[in-house]
Amino acid sequence: MDKTTLMEQLKVQIIETLTLEDVKPEDIDSEAPLFVEGLKLDSIDALELILLLEKQYGIKIEDPKARREVLQSVSSMADRILKKEKNNL
Amino acid sequence: MQAYITSIGLISPQDTASNRFSFDLKHENAPVLRCVEPDYKQLIPPLQLRRMSRILKMGMGAAQICLNNAGEIQPDAILVGTGLACVNELESFMLSMLDSEQGLSSIPFINSSHNTIAAQISKMLHNHSYNNTYCHRGTSFESALTDALMLLNGQEAEHVLLGGIDEYSEQYHSLIQKTGDTATAGEGAAFFLLSRQPAGKVFGRITAAQTFYKPADGFIDAFLSDHHLRHDDIDTVLCGINGTESNDQVYGHPAEGIFRRDTQWASYKHLCGEYTTGGSFALALAACSLLNGRFPASCILRNRRRPQRILIYNHYHRLNYSLVTVERAQ
Amino acid sequence: MKVLITGMGIITAVGTGTDETLAALKSGRSGMDVVRRFDTAHRHIPVCEVKQSNGELRDMSGIPSDKRYCSRTALLGLIAARQAMRSSHSKTAGRRIGLVNATTTGGMDYHEVHYRKMSSGDVCAQEVELLDCAGGTHLIADVLGITDNVTTVSTACSSSANAILTGVRMIRNGLADKVLAGGSDALTRFTLNGFNTLEILSPTGCRPFDANRNGITLGEGAAYVVLESEKTALPDDILCEVSGYANVSEAYHQTSSSPDGEGAAMAVRKALSVAGLSPDDIDYIHAHGTGTQVNDLSEGRAVESVFRNRTPPLSSTKGSTGHTLAAAGSAGAIISVLAIREQLLFAGAGFHRPMPELSFQPNTLLRQATINHVLSNSFGFGGSNTSLIFSRY
Repeated sequence: MDKTTLMEQLKVQIIETLTLEDVKPEDIDSEAPLFVEGLKLDSIDALELILLLEKQYGIKIEDPKARREVLQSVSSMADRILKKEKNNL
Repeated sequence: MQAYITSIGLISPQDTASNRFSFDLKHENAPVLRCVEPDYKQLIPPLQLRRMSRILKMGMGAAQICLNNAGEIQPDAILVGTGLACVNELESFMLSMLDSEQGLSSIPFINSSHNTIAAQISKMLHNHSYNNTYCHRGTSFESALTDALMLLNGQEAEHVLLGGIDEYSEQYHSLIQKTGDTATAGEGAAFFLLSRQPAGKVFGRITAAQTFYKPADGFIDAFLSDHHLRHDDIDTVLCGINGTESNDQVYGHPAEGIFRRDTQWASYKHLCGEYTTGGSFALALAACSLLNGRFPASCILRNRRRPQRILIYNHYHRLNYSLVTVERAQ
Repeated sequence: MKVLITGMGIITAVGTGTDETLAALKSGRSGMDVVRRFDTAHRHIPVCEVKQSNGELRDMSGIPSDKRYCSRTALLGLIAARQAMRSSHSKTAGRRIGLVNATTTGGMDYHEVHYRKMSSGDVCAQEVELLDCAGGTHLIADVLGITDNVTTVSTACSSSANAILTGVRMIRNGLADKVLAGGSDALTRFTLNGFNTLEILSPTGCRPFDANRNGITLGEGAAYVVLESEKTALPDDILCEVSGYANVSEAYHQTSSSPDGEGAAMAVRKALSVAGLSPDDIDYIHAHGTGTQVNDLSEGRAVESVFRNRTPPLSSTKGSTGHTLAAAGSAGAIISVLAIREQLLFAGAGFHRPMPELSFQPNTLLRQATINHVLSNSFGFGGSNTSLIFSRY
């Protein structure tokens, strides 16, 4: 899957997982920070996104620093997923 | 002890969330009376709304309606009584866990904490005052009310935001049914602003509230005398009959009881159903009826008259009993 | 009006009764072990279980034989509540006795095991009776014959601190003459999994106020105190005065405390003001100290903001008993009473390295000291912050 399609898919999944009722996929800036600014997500949302990566993409991240890096934006999440797919090839 | 009811926010199976406080919706043969809910987006900030379970929305919605009606008042305490609290979230997390202990979402766990409703209200209001939650089944609300009276009379607070809330749970209801309780189930969220001084629109004045666990005979006499009331002072008894024999026989026959023969007897559970904090609906109904000068026709069991001083008499499963007196403020 | 503590009862992973508890605190013994009482995928996470089985607890509790079904939470509660009432000797006949109980799990330990059986229709009234928070309270009220002012408080990890606060106010406001107040929580699969989803359980055992702390160790237990006024208390029963109390809502986040500890500091300041004391009067702080990154930093900063550079000796005993949730506040009260009675500063188990962010470190050495006033903190989900102050009488 190319990154643009993956990011669109991720946005839909994020909205669904975090029940962001009034947000549409096109409202989410792929490069914008997800936490504090941007969507104003918090630590509970972070746990939900980690679960999303685990359940939908088989990616388990334990290290807090690595988590912060991956959950920076939709783009960084997509990069992590693509890295895994590449490694699986 | 006394407190003025200066505002009410009521989400119930009646048309009350709109502030019309009209108690004439009929739910013919409905097995469960569910709330008529408002549009929560008008009441709760969107960021807070998104992770909320239904009972949280009901609680915060009713609290917000109550405070909107009161004007710009920041309460000095937030007290919630809830018998089963977030029982549906509790069950949801438990069921997921029984399936698998891996990959569980934290949200139903967080939302299952019994004090979530009071805590989220304080967050919504940016209110740092005393915050407490009572979960004592049939006297949860009245326990919180007792605390509110202590705060106001001890001059620890000028205004207390007090709520009684429970949501219908299919699972819990089916368990109760299997043990023989056939009453029509209900639910509701009633919030009150109780104030030390009369201000603005005063619905009525609470003069006493007490809870009892398996009380001895004569507890009503003792309650009245403890609060310097005579039986003849009570012109209306609003009682918790619910149409089932084991529940209703407790209240006895109105004509043979300890009160005056011309005492007005009224009931309310046909309007809200049976639930552990139904006493909060009763208080809202009593307060509105004091203001209107009459109870809705469907509530009158005996002797229609203009209520001046009401005794709310309720019990739950013959374990938890409560008595509350509320009267016209003038 | 002064409200006094005239009786106490406790059961946790380190023992039953105040003598065993004191001995464990003196020796620094911890009740930590693997999960033994139920099956779970998280067996590797250390917990502090009460060692007795439900059957053994039944025998200890003296529960009437017609109560065939009972939750572990209620059994633990009954054991500690009876100890407390027995140790307070003023007469109860003709007096208004109150019961303010606290729990967060209610009958969950029973519910999670028997859920499928019960929902298939195999259920009796006694089982339904014990599922909610009131079930355990009713059991204690039945056995001890309490009928007035019987209620249950549930505010997460500050529950029993709030039960004590409510009980004190009931006496001050003339609602009751004598109040049994405290809390009880059994360790359940539900709680273990719940805290696990938040990733705040320590994989190695909690280390309150340690630089390398990595989470909570859950415990279980029950603790109750008997409260009464000077009017009714028998002189020989008087253990201490509850001089200060405050609950504030931090209104910051659903589960987290604020990094600057503003809510905790507000609770401490308000409790000091109710007690009419200044920070310098406090001789020992029994900290909430759960061992999570967030709590200990937040609480530490709160303590610094109130006590400036004169922080009194402080320790958290959760390294010994684990975090007993709804029993934590009343267990803290009893440990505070023991500190005053024995004039002893307890050491916190699990501490090795000071936190670089804080100017103080917890007390690590058991030692004699003059202790007149103890501050005990309890903080819960939803920002329910409660501080109690116990004073020598």
